[in-house]
Amino acid sequence: MPEENKMVCFEQVVLPHLGAAYNLARWLIRNDEAEDVVQEAFLRAFKSFAGYRGGDSRTWLLTIVRNSCYSWLQRNRVRELTDPIDETSDEHAAETSSPESRLMQSVDVQIVREALTELPLEFREVLVMREMEELTYKEIALIADLPIGTVMSRLARGRKRLQAILGDRMGLQVKTKGGAA
Amino acid sequence: MTCNETAVLIHALADRELDVVKSAEIEEHVRGCASCEQAQADIHRLKSLVHDPALRFIPPKSLERQLRSALRREVKENARAQSSWWRWSFVAASVIAIAAVAWAIVASLDRQSANEVIAAQIVSSHVRSLMAQHLTDVPSSDQHTVKPWFDGKLDFSPPVKDLTQRGFVLTGGRLDYIDNRPVAALVYQRRQHPINVFVWPSHGDAKSATQASVRQGYNLIRWTSAGMEWWAISDLNLSELQQFSQFLQE
Repeated sequence: MPEENKMVCFEQVVLPHLGAAYNLARWLIRNDEAEDVVQEAFLRAFKSFAGYRGGDSRTWLLTIVRNSCYSWLQRNRVRELTDPIDETSDEHAAETSSPESRLMQSVDVQIVREALTELPLEFREVLVMREMEELTYKEIALIADLPIGTVMSRLARGRKRLQAILGDRMGLQVKTKGGAA
Repeated sequence: MTCNETAVLIHALADRELDVVKSAEIEEHVRGCASCEQAQADIHRLKSLVHDPALRFIPPKSLERQLRSALRREVKENARAQSSWWRWSFVAASVIAIAAVAWAIVASLDRQSANEVIAAQIVSSHVRSLMAQHLTDVPSSDQHTVKPWFDGKLDFSPPVKDLTQRGFVLTGGRLDYIDNRPVAALVYQRRQHPINVFVWPSHGDAKSATQASVRQGYNLIRWTSAGMEWWAISDLNLSELQQFSQFLQE
């Protein structure tokens, strides 16, 4: 494929997923360097575009974006990577929400943002892919190179953790507000 | 179905990842279990919280612009790399072509100079054979005598033809030494003109055109055929000697 045609094709097929790519990268990296990482990922995607044989272009691109993010995290020695979560541990009891951490009817979006940012990488990425990008378990499994069962259990544990963090924050907020009143 | 079994599957149900049968099983359990019902409500609540479009990071407008220009740069660079690749392969091809031509010239010069040396040896041998009255080792006009005579004296069997009917009389054969190897010398006679024919296996072409030359007043004709190198030399006129060489090649 001549380079010019390849670029036109790439811009039509892959560039429309820039929003999804940027959102995922920004949630994984958690700072503005996501822009550079996304650019690097797109160039990598362009270079290997000749090897792309149809199929879901969004899943294909997000796989490359996620890999680029992990390389960045590795380069920058983000601790999360050296400290992986225990897939087998049964956090069920610990993560079961206590009545105190029951969700309030209205939660400030800023608090959700902070709670999600605090969540360990492994849980954060599956939640972002599932709830924001609305990817299926199968697509997430492909992108993150995980068994579908692991995707499901990470989502379950991630939600419990998120709920616990939100409960803590809300309680704190309620107390602060109460104290001020 | 127990709460424990439901704990994880309830998430798959909320994510609409379960088939109808499994969904019905979980829903049935949830209906009869207050804590699972609460958990399910929490999951849906949590899902909608995280689904909030306000949580999405929108790429800055500049990013798409940067991306497009980075892609263009990439395409241009690739095009340049490709054209420089073409340029280099052209240079490499030229170098190879020049080397091949040079080698061919040197090889042909080599061959020419080798032929010059052989021609000189042929003339000397021809002159010597006439001076010393040692024209033949096996004086015979019978090709069936001459040919077997070479057996055991050479590592090849020279073709011996009787051309008496055509006016070239076979008078015998002789061993000789040309180009650093023993060769067969066949002696023919045309009227009063002796003809020496030197034969040995050829290294190069199986067949090549005849080349005529004159040395010290003698006519020389060289050719290769049937994998043999042939040299005929005589004081006979060139056209008759060429005719003779044609007969030998038939």
